[in-house]
Amino acid sequence: MAVEKSYEENNARIRKGEAVVVTAEEVIPFVKEKGLKKAAELVDVVTTGTFSPMCSSGVFLNLPHPKPRMKMSKVFLNGVNAYAGLAAVDVYLGATELAEYDPANRIFPGEFNYGGGHVIEDLVAGREVRLEATAYGTDCYPRRKFEEWITLKDIGEAILFNPRNAYQNYNVAVNLSDRTLYTYMGVLKPKMGNANYSTAGQLSPLFNDPLFKTIGLGTKIFLGGGIGYVTWHGTQHNLDVPRSANGVPRRPAGTLAVTGDLKQMSSKWLRGMSFLGYGPTLQVGIGIPIPILNEEILHFCAVTDEEIYAPVVDYSEAYPQGTGEVLAEVSYAELKTGKICINGREVPSAPLSSYAKAREIATVLKKWITKGEFLLTPPAAPLPTDEPTKFKTEKTQGGGS
Amino acid sequence: MKQKIVLHFPSAVVEQPFIYYLVKDFNLVVNILKAEINPRKEGRIVLEVSGDDQRYEEALEFLQANGLRVSSLRQEIIWNEERCTHCGACSVICPSGALVLQRPEMLICFDEQKCVACEHCLKACPARAMEARF
Repeated sequence: MAVEKSYEENNARIRKGEAVVVTAEEVIPFVKEKGLKKAAELVDVVTTGTFSPMCSSGVFLNLPHPKPRMKMSKVFLNGVNAYAGLAAVDVYLGATELAEYDPANRIFPGEFNYGGGHVIEDLVAGREVRLEATAYGTDCYPRRKFEEWITLKDIGEAILFNPRNAYQNYNVAVNLSDRTLYTYMGVLKPKMGNANYSTAGQLSPLFNDPLFKTIGLGTKIFLGGGIGYVTWHGTQHNLDVPRSANGVPRRPAGTLAVTGDLKQMSSKWLRGMSFLGYGPTLQVGIGIPIPILNEEILHFCAVTDEEIYAPVVDYSEAYPQGTGEVLAEVSYAELKTGKICINGREVPSAPLSSYAKAREIATVLKKWITKGEFLLTPPAAPLPTDEPTKFKTEKTQGGGS
Repeated sequence: MKQKIVLHFPSAVVEQPFIYYLVKDFNLVVNILKAEINPRKEGRIVLEVSGDDQRYEEALEFLQANGLRVSSLRQEIIWNEERCTHCGACSVICPSGALVLQRPEMLICFDEQKCVACEHCLKACPARAMEARF
């Protein structure tokens, strides 16, 4: 008889401290050894992880009300602009926002040593941040200028809200031109001097649930070292892509919008990053538990790097011009060796997504669940899986993985 | 002995041919990895040097007596492990194999012995975990 378990049954075992939890890496040999059916009976949860630069990230902040009150219209935090077109002291600070004084690429390639992602890291780390705000003044909000050193403690709500994270697969970036390129995929040496990729492969959340059988709206996750939730499908969520027989997309596909309370997160898992010649961003740690409800779900979780393929794309022409041309496909197993073969040529490969840290996240989440501190949430609604395609992937895929 | 060192020249002696003295008077084998003079006319040479231990010590005394400061390259290019997130971006940028992604752990390891102080990693590292302290 086929294995069928429910969220309630799995949670009951978690509460009792009896749940069997393995990481998406550990599950692979486990399934090989026990067989799918036996393993599905034994395993309750598989944990995944990723720690990558994710440009579509940011935080809603409810800044302290000065006296007299103020409807802040221009707001800077450590010189980085936060969008203030919200209620009086609410702002949204995006990870890729530059500091006002940053020369950007006027001195090429720009260094972008400090930006929105770094402000978020400073806030989470509890460091003081300079708040500068101006306003036009109203009868109810007369104050026009405010400057203060603040920390996360002085802020009301701080809600990390990332509209596009955890990209399901991503391009392998190469450079066919004669000059060095500075991209969101790192420094790309001329004439295919290197190939950069940016997912955790077999540990990455959406490779382990390629058809969104368990991950949906309201799924509770590890986010930035704290608790977060999947709150929508991410921007550019696109399912109309070529897939392998195992259901895994061979192009950038699904994405997640995730939300959580910044105050319980950690600067270990939210890190400001600077991409030379490109801009600042935020490295975000995400871990998603996958409840093993049946053999099919476990089968997806047992996917290996050998079975996951990524497209190799030229960032000197095909990507910036949006031609959609794919030079080749390579497996994550090959990418992880540090050398890939593209059209008969050997090219050194490097990740931008930390596999070691992805493994650590999956392990932390496993501990939380094993100890009974973290329960699984059934989705309140599924993510779109069969919607007619809104976009063509090649035309819309953007920065960040 | 064989090691990588950094010679710091004050402006007063920057035009003197110290490399020639190292070779001729102290019989040392030198390989210059990097040399520069800044707008204040202070010089810096990163070099690999090998030869007899005794003669090397004498050479160091000679350089210091002439106002040069000598430091080990190891003290100058620093891997800030706390800042490193082990993403791996540096591993294809480092030309000398000093920064490598160890497999299967997928952890970055910095081998100071192999570093040639080209400084490419400083800006290619998105976490800014590499520092130069010249």
